[in-house]
Amino acid sequence: MSAPLTSLDRPNSYIGRSVPRPNAKRLLVGRGRYVSDLRLPRMLDAAFLRSPHAHAKIVAINTEQARALEGVHLVATGEDLAKICTPWTGTLDHFKGMTSAPQLPLPLDRVVWAGQAVVAVVAESRAIAEDALELIEIDYEDLPVVVDIDRAREAGGPLINPGSVNNTCFRAQLDNGAVDDAFAHAAHVVEEEFSFGRHTAVTLEPRAIVSDYDPAADALTVHHATQTPYQFQDLYSRHYGIPEARVRVIATDIGGSFGMKLHVYHEDMAVVGLSILLGRPVKYVADRIESFVSDIHARDHRVRARMALDAKGEILAMDVLDLTAIGAFSTYPRTSVVEGNQVIRLMGAPYRFKNYRATLEVIFQNKVQTSQYRAVGHPIACAVTERLVDMAAAKVGLDPFAIRAQNVIADDAYPQTSPTGYRFEALSHQACLKRLHEMMGYEALRAEQADLRERGIYRGIGIAAFVEITNPSPAFYGVGGARISSQDGAILSLTPSGEIRCLISVTEQGQGTEAIISQIVADQLGLAQEHVKVITGDTEVTPHGGATWACRGAGIGGETALQATRVLKRNILEIAALILQEQPSALDIIDGEVVDAVTRNQRMPISEIARIAYFRSDTLPPGTQAQLTVSHHFAPQGYPFAFTNGIQGCSLEVDVETGFIKVLKHFIVEDCGRVINPMLVDEQLRGGIVQGLGAALFEECRYSETGQLMNGSLADYLVPMPMEMPDIVIGHVETPTADTVLGAKGVGEAGTAAASACVLNAVNDALTPFGATINSIPITPTKVLKALKRF
Amino acid sequence: MKARAFSYFRAATIDQALDAHARAGDDARFIAGGQSLVPALSLRLQAPRLLIDITHIEELRGVRREGGYLRIGALTRHCEMLSEPLIAEFAPLLHAAAPFVAHPAIRNRGTFGGSVALADPASEFPAMTLALDAEIEIAGPSGSRRVKADDFFVELFETALQPGELITAIYVPLFKADQRFAFDELARRRGDYALVGCGMLATCTGERIDDIRISFFSVGNTPTRVKGAEATLIGSRLDAERIAAAQAALEGDLAPPDSDDVPPAMRLHLARVLLGRLLGRLGEGA
Amino acid sequence: MSGFDETLLDDADETVRVRFVVNGRKVACEVAPRETLVDCLRNALELTGTHAGCEMGACGACLVQLDGRAVHSCLMFAVQADGAKINTIEGLTESGVIADLQAEFHHRNALQCGFCTPGMLVNAHELLSQIARPSRDEIRDALSGNYCRCTGYEAIVDAIDAVAKARKESGGGT
Repeated sequence: MSAPLTSLDRPNSYIGRSVPRPNAKRLLVGRGRYVSDLRLPRMLDAAFLRSPHAHAKIVAINTEQARALEGVHLVATGEDLAKICTPWTGTLDHFKGMTSAPQLPLPLDRVVWAGQAVVAVVAESRAIAEDALELIEIDYEDLPVVVDIDRAREAGGPLINPGSVNNTCFRAQLDNGAVDDAFAHAAHVVEEEFSFGRHTAVTLEPRAIVSDYDPAADALTVHHATQTPYQFQDLYSRHYGIPEARVRVIATDIGGSFGMKLHVYHEDMAVVGLSILLGRPVKYVADRIESFVSDIHARDHRVRARMALDAKGEILAMDVLDLTAIGAFSTYPRTSVVEGNQVIRLMGAPYRFKNYRATLEVIFQNKVQTSQYRAVGHPIACAVTERLVDMAAAKVGLDPFAIRAQNVIADDAYPQTSPTGYRFEALSHQACLKRLHEMMGYEALRAEQADLRERGIYRGIGIAAFVEITNPSPAFYGVGGARISSQDGAILSLTPSGEIRCLISVTEQGQGTEAIISQIVADQLGLAQEHVKVITGDTEVTPHGGATWACRGAGIGGETALQATRVLKRNILEIAALILQEQPSALDIIDGEVVDAVTRNQRMPISEIARIAYFRSDTLPPGTQAQLTVSHHFAPQGYPFAFTNGIQGCSLEVDVETGFIKVLKHFIVEDCGRVINPMLVDEQLRGGIVQGLGAALFEECRYSETGQLMNGSLADYLVPMPMEMPDIVIGHVETPTADTVLGAKGVGEAGTAAASACVLNAVNDALTPFGATINSIPITPTKVLKALKRF
Repeated sequence: MKARAFSYFRAATIDQALDAHARAGDDARFIAGGQSLVPALSLRLQAPRLLIDITHIEELRGVRREGGYLRIGALTRHCEMLSEPLIAEFAPLLHAAAPFVAHPAIRNRGTFGGSVALADPASEFPAMTLALDAEIEIAGPSGSRRVKADDFFVELFETALQPGELITAIYVPLFKADQRFAFDELARRRGDYALVGCGMLATCTGERIDDIRISFFSVGNTPTRVKGAEATLIGSRLDAERIAAAQAALEGDLAPPDSDDVPPAMRLHLARVLLGRLLGRLGEGA
Repeated sequence: MSGFDETLLDDADETVRVRFVVNGRKVACEVAPRETLVDCLRNALELTGTHAGCEMGACGACLVQLDGRAVHSCLMFAVQADGAKINTIEGLTESGVIADLQAEFHHRNALQCGFCTPGMLVNAHELLSQIARPSRDEIRDALSGNYCRCTGYEAIVDAIDAVAKARKESGGGT
């Protein structure tokens, strides 16, 4: 379904146009300003000594030699920082009954994962700081290590947190409808256990922070490579007791984030404390080895799920148990249970069925903590659902497209509430399915597959429908007590020369936030995009807002900019009307010129209005006060989330002798509502899909029985690289949300949400002639060959 | 991830390099391309007092014919394996293996001598010296000597090189008209260390194999010749039955180590598959 | 004839003077032997367009041109580069040799966060100087050591492909 035409669709509109990102030019010539590039006067470098043990008591720390090393300015332990930093706890009130131990920048008496930072050294260079780390002696006393999720759940087993009754962080249950009854009367039941490996974000620029505390002013400036500067302004203020207005967080260019750079990390919190202790700027950039053992990981779920169907292949019910292990703490301030929560709520989301039951168990273990990373929970819910649907199709004797066409919620049946409790405003599964079928050349692909199979070549075709959560309201974090805003703010000015300056709270990580905001402002005001300057990422100058996470930049930030621009335009036209002796409603602005709204005849440039308002206000009628700067906030109302949907397809080849998989082509049809910049949307989809393909085929944080990360380097942890990745074909359906004028929803998670499910289905499709199945991600050659019993 | 402090000396001659090594009490490392050594230093897995840069020693450069051999100077870069016509003509197995060695920018720096000296069991070139029956020329405090590749690789990262010795050149017997070669590897991603890799060089009379040397990498602690498999092939024609026999013989030739993600039995299976494919190609190359 | 001065061993962390030609200009700087070229370029010479992503040659973010070839500046110490000619993204930009690549990357949005971009451009430049009209597979192969977490690579391949085609059509290329 395509959207009705509105003012946003008029000819030459910037909305819907693929314009390149103005701010990308700097990055292309090596003039990015990343936090890792920053050097301030008198700045020192920090390094951390990390625990080699996954679980141990700290008996004694001897830092004497390290302190004595020339060039070392400070050696700090947990006790030193605990004196100035209050502890934090990664729980949210709306997750009833969840627990997590209080955390400090550095531990006082116990380490709980291998790689946990224990002692900080600040020195004149990173190299000297590392020299000093070698001189620190720590006596540890081993404690029982809990790595495996089953061991962690054993009654009477070792406990991660002393004083707790078990290693459970959180338990939740959903029960809707007569699930047992539905299964008892089902014609078909499919059931499987799935596992999803831990993986991690591996941003190309590792985490980076420069903290600069000025004791004279009791003011803290933190240059922080983060998505969410306002959240950190609040946290640094509260945990270090500095008034919020004197804490400034600046987030400039950032070398990738994907959700990983919005969590509190112990080292980052410590660096703020170190700069307070020293009264000097302190820099810390995680090296790649540190990133692997200290960045949040994600996924690590084991799901047992079954689906009931009637004789014709109608889905009747789903029953799900999700076990997930999250490390030793729940991450602050967003927790580590959101992923599990979204897994159990996104199950079966594209489909029309009534009976649903799910249990979620979130377990502590001695590994680094997991938390939100791109497409939180989506890939798991999608893979489980879509694999069960494929299994059901095989059982009922339906084609994968046919069973989905039969079961998806009809495009004309909205609004709908899912059995898991989500309210869908308007989705387009039927249109997307139809489009994908055409785009893939599905019938021809199947014919080719059959031909090749005769010749011993095993290709697989997989599809996966998905629903994505975007534009979150306060229902996401705010209701749980987290000081994480779901609204955004913009300050818009007409400059004296007639250009527009827009300060906005959403932030840029390369996805093109600044570009689309400038498109919206240019479009709504009526001037060329190059005359709009967008400024983001500095709590001292940009208004407070949610910033960038959970696909909210375009939908919420974009609407904020749209509404702010409309207010500014009204103000400009009011002044124009006074000057031109017209009614404001008789005027419009096109290409920087005030025009007659009906005839489009040019009346005067907006630069002239700016000149008069700023420099010759004496010529305006008495009592006129031109308001050429407006500030405006927007918080989403209506639906708690703007859900999007789509479907992906994949064609791949399995070498059944080696277990190697080559993805030949990937397809996606996606509906993110109003598309502001098609090129940037496509790039979000491609990048997201490749992250999903990485998870599907390559990425996994592998641990030893003693809790050591076995592959924590970029040589050993396999990220998707150019040679192995396919070209991706993209189609769009546009169903704008009616909750905003703009109608945009998010698109950042869509690619990642279903790519791994697609590959899982395609691999199983390829293996059909062998009667072999795989239900574990990543799908490595080892798993393929095991399934084929080749060794 | 910063190296421990060290001193740096750039040697102009082999003698200077050897002398510096000795005078540092052998607490020194020679550095050529440095593509493996630099990360090891950055990770502080190694921390010598002295780094001796040998890349400016003229005697270590150049590729030329010498009798029945191609003398490949130790400083020959991986990228030259692709661009140097003498290598394409007289050591085509090295030319075939080169594109699989890491990535273009690594190949621009990494050296043949450095790769052989490190003797990484997962690397392509050390294993190929075995298949080629190459000889490694070594300079040391007690003079120069040549060691057969068969005698060079001793244990994990351990070779016939004694402390203070360095490789000056590798001598590869010239490729002949009656010879055939094949190379391939199974790597998860382009440029990764392979799960299994293999190169082979056969001397044939018509369809009959008179001699063959087959060398695997990523199958154990050292690059590994599979003499049992070779024996099943020598004197025979390459038919399906012979290929199967060679594949079966691998069980006796290889004892892959356990790793956390690739079980030994799987590596053996992959070695068999790869051997079968390469022998198939060798047969087609007639 | 030894050339080796044993007193060198006693001042391991003393800086030494190195000279290179960086982006067409002669430069001398004091570096500790343990300082990698990428750290030297970024810190001493303030050429922060070259990035450090993994410090072990696995990501390609630190690629620079050294004596005409793309190399990882994290895989060598600055002292090793004494006497070399080095071009970084800043110099390649100034000389205009990659202007068409940069324009095409921009036009196709073949970058998001931009952290990998200088390395991608250095490698793309080398590829096109060696193969005038590479296939898509050859482009992907040439970039096989350049990690990008944002784009999914396709736009990067498209951009290099388009530049190769344009150069060929305009009679340029080698």
